[in-house]
Amino acid sequence: MRFGVVVFPGTWSDRDCGWVIERVLGAEVRYLWHRQSDLEGADCVILPGGFSYGDYLRPGAIARFSPVMEAVREFAEHGGLVWGICNGFQVLCEAGLLPGALIRNTCLEFRCQWVNLRCERDDLPFTHAIGDRVLRMPIAHQEGNYQADPATLSQLEARGQVVFRYCDERGERGGEANPNGSAHDIAGIVNPRGNVLGMMPHPERCAEADLGGTDGLFLFRSVLEVACSMAGIDRRSARGDRR
Amino acid sequence: MIARVIVAPKPVVNDPQGATVHRALTSLGFSEVSGVRVGKYVEIQLAAGSVLEASARVEAMCRELLANQVIEDFRFEIDPEPSAQG
Repeated sequence: MRFGVVVFPGTWSDRDCGWVIERVLGAEVRYLWHRQSDLEGADCVILPGGFSYGDYLRPGAIARFSPVMEAVREFAEHGGLVWGICNGFQVLCEAGLLPGALIRNTCLEFRCQWVNLRCERDDLPFTHAIGDRVLRMPIAHQEGNYQADPATLSQLEARGQVVFRYCDERGERGGEANPNGSAHDIAGIVNPRGNVLGMMPHPERCAEADLGGTDGLFLFRSVLEVACSMAGIDRRSARGDRR
Repeated sequence: MIARVIVAPKPVVNDPQGATVHRALTSLGFSEVSGVRVGKYVEIQLAAGSVLEASARVEAMCRELLANQVIEDFRFEIDPEPSAQG
């Protein structure tokens, strides 16, 4: 199975994603420079974290115009899996592939900490392996405060597009559990079709026990299983053997 | 010509920067302040045949890039004959 990891100027979590994909999962990764329109046969495209274009003007505001984003948009329209993490989520919102926007954290601090997440959609390619566990994942952002107008928020809730919410270790929402003031404690959302996910926490930074947690692997393995079954690949030989 | 663009958070969007600046002003003794919103100022030098043409182009720049209309409003003025200081 092949992941395509997009690299904008200023992206820095591309190699973290690549490490998990290659070393932990044993799958294939292709790094997609932002100027190319070719997604190189990726089964899942990741927009990783970082500071694309220095977050100038607004995080993701300029990256969304990169040539690769037209290919990503088309890929998404045809049902391809698109996974935006942190700055990637910001790019997806700026590009209109997901609704709403990420603004400055209410506390005004850059929050670099572990958070707890509850998953509210267990039927997505990204989440089916999670079960009903509360996930523990790191965040590192100053603009992770998800906001949208009331009509959009109602629609997200009604359509079940909220995938992850900040919570405490027991899965309860409220208070300090929300690190950035996001509306409805939203940490991640999906498009109506369920193939474009945006999330602020970093699953690629908790995929090995040495780094303090492995809950990120539930998401990576979910995607791996779905993509492999879609492509007719035996996931035990995920290193790109295709029938 | 010079376009002077102001991009500000929409009134309904929570503005933590504005709230913080408000608190800071109050603590400095400016108790008459009842609200603060913090936005951006963008100055654009451009060539255009007329102010009307420039306005249309700057409007498009705002909608496409300078403002995220999910969370921001914009307004601008066109200065057809900027002073030496700009």
